[in-house]
Amino acid sequence: MNRRNLEEKLFLGLMLASVFIVMGSLILIVTVIVLNGVPSLSIEILTQTSEGSFYLGAGGGFLNAIVGSLLLALPATGLAFLAGIAIALYLQKDFLRSSIANFIRLCLDIMWGIPSVVYGVFCLTIMIAIGMTGGSLLFGIIALTLLEIPIITRSIDESIKMVPIGLKESAYSLGSTKFETAAKVVRKQAMPGIIAGVLLGFGRGIGDAASILLTVGDSNYFPSSISDQTAALPTMILNLVSMPDQVVQNKAYAVAFVLLVIVLLISIITRYLTKKSSKHIIK
Amino acid sequence: MHSSAQSGASRYKLQIVGIISLFLSFIFLFIFNNFILFALFLIIFIVLLAYNFIKITRKLYDALGTRLMLFVTASVIFLFLLLVAVLINGSLNILSEESLSDLLVSSTWKPFSGEFGLFAVIIDTLIVTAISMLIAIPISLLSAIYIAEYAPKKFNKIIRPFIDVLAGVPSVVFGLCALLVFVPLIRDDIAPFFGSTLSSGFGLFTASLILSIMVFPIIISLCLESFNAVPIALKEASLSLGATKWETIKKVIFRASGPGVLAAIFLGFGRAFGETIAVAMVVGNQEIIPKSLFGPGQTLASLIASNYTEVSSIPILASALIFVALILFVVVLIFNLLGYLVLRRASKRWSY
Repeated sequence: MNRRNLEEKLFLGLMLASVFIVMGSLILIVTVIVLNGVPSLSIEILTQTSEGSFYLGAGGGFLNAIVGSLLLALPATGLAFLAGIAIALYLQKDFLRSSIANFIRLCLDIMWGIPSVVYGVFCLTIMIAIGMTGGSLLFGIIALTLLEIPIITRSIDESIKMVPIGLKESAYSLGSTKFETAAKVVRKQAMPGIIAGVLLGFGRGIGDAASILLTVGDSNYFPSSISDQTAALPTMILNLVSMPDQVVQNKAYAVAFVLLVIVLLISIITRYLTKKSSKHIIK
Repeated sequence: MHSSAQSGASRYKLQIVGIISLFLSFIFLFIFNNFILFALFLIIFIVLLAYNFIKITRKLYDALGTRLMLFVTASVIFLFLLLVAVLINGSLNILSEESLSDLLVSSTWKPFSGEFGLFAVIIDTLIVTAISMLIAIPISLLSAIYIAEYAPKKFNKIIRPFIDVLAGVPSVVFGLCALLVFVPLIRDDIAPFFGSTLSSGFGLFTASLILSIMVFPIIISLCLESFNAVPIALKEASLSLGATKWETIKKVIFRASGPGVLAAIFLGFGRAFGETIAVAMVVGNQEIIPKSLFGPGQTLASLIASNYTEVSSIPILASALIFVALILFVVVLIFNLLGYLVLRRASKRWSY
């Protein structure tokens, strides 16, 4: 009896230690970025674009990277959302046999697992094939869209699975067509999942570096067309931190702080909106 | 079916808009010579004209909507297949120059002299992934058990957001933290403790450490899902027979959710295997097998990130990097399929 309790106590201790490590690593990351990032943060670094040789210590800020990142992640999230909601609604039993739907789900899960650098290489290959060098906003958006589609689709799909069958049946019994049921009833009921999925995808897109690194290049200005090169927050961190000058490196922490704040904000907004929208669904 | 009064009024307005757009299209064609605006307004006119004659019934709406969803689904699957085709087609170039065995067995990576041996990089990748999984699996499993079975509800409300946020932290931020914390720590304390005094702090072990932290949230959240799916009656049956809580976890919950846990580990492995940026920042970026774990190396994914800039000057390098991406894809594909098969077999055997 004693030995059994001892084993329980031992493992409980190990579990507590593990939870402490997991929580501690997030606390460590946030503290390190805040402590290093805040001192090199200033109004002008947030509101100005980079000057000529920003990476060699010139003045200016990284507004161009913030705008660039938004211009990459917002259209990508929009496109991925449109694709995601169409696919997720179509995966219902009402439209597709479940064996085919499960195969498509498997494909999406594989797409989710593909490292983002592979999407980067895919876009880079196409860019080389059509003779485009240096990078462009367009291919960054394509890479991010591919990255976000499985995330958004599967998240919406999971919440559509939770829609009670009786709700659909009552819509049908009132004479609505399949598409009307999907687009009006099921969509509304799946709203919390849609919001969570879109924001999750957006957070993933704005923070991803590997696909952007290979496709968008760099620039000190706001992009004026989709074939322009552009700066982005993750790539700017990489460029800054690889410089030998300590003052330049410190700017990387400021950029990382901004990126982390954006990601944390998205997470808070997600919690708030999913809670708010789940009030209106029928349980 | 439609309320005719509303449809009549809106139809009248649409007819006026149609006539105006036809008029505008002629103005842009003959006065401004602007073909794009001409085409735009002509299209508006034609669509409105068609709308005037075809009555959009609910059945047509239904058919169009369903076709649109089918089209989107099919095109995403097509994009997925296109990705595979592009990767295979792109790697053919390097495979015709050098044999597959040369690529995989030789360990000299010198793009400028045309040598693309991947052996060292593959070994490094395996070492980094294996160490990171060795650290991540026990910690994630124990945390997941605690959260699912032991933790009080109040504590769960705090830890769940922690895990969600940790999952959302961008990889470049992880990399930056590894640079700031782990690199000096390993250079000054850990490596000398294990007797390698010359370590710069950039190396396989540093990469493994940061990777294991990145994998925590994936394994934990997937394990939690499968722990929560175990029916409560099974647990209660075990507890009522006098088993302690830990014995119930070990013998009942682990068995019932074993496939889910295994699938979670596979997915975590895939993530660690393909992680690029955080690894590229701290692994040291040298295509060699280091003598100690604290020495610099290179993983498959970080190889792409640190070599892609030379692609335009060495055309064959592009093909080599596409081949590396293909390897990443195939390995991740295999692990995803394994996870899928394990879960499917489990759902057949464990049908409560």
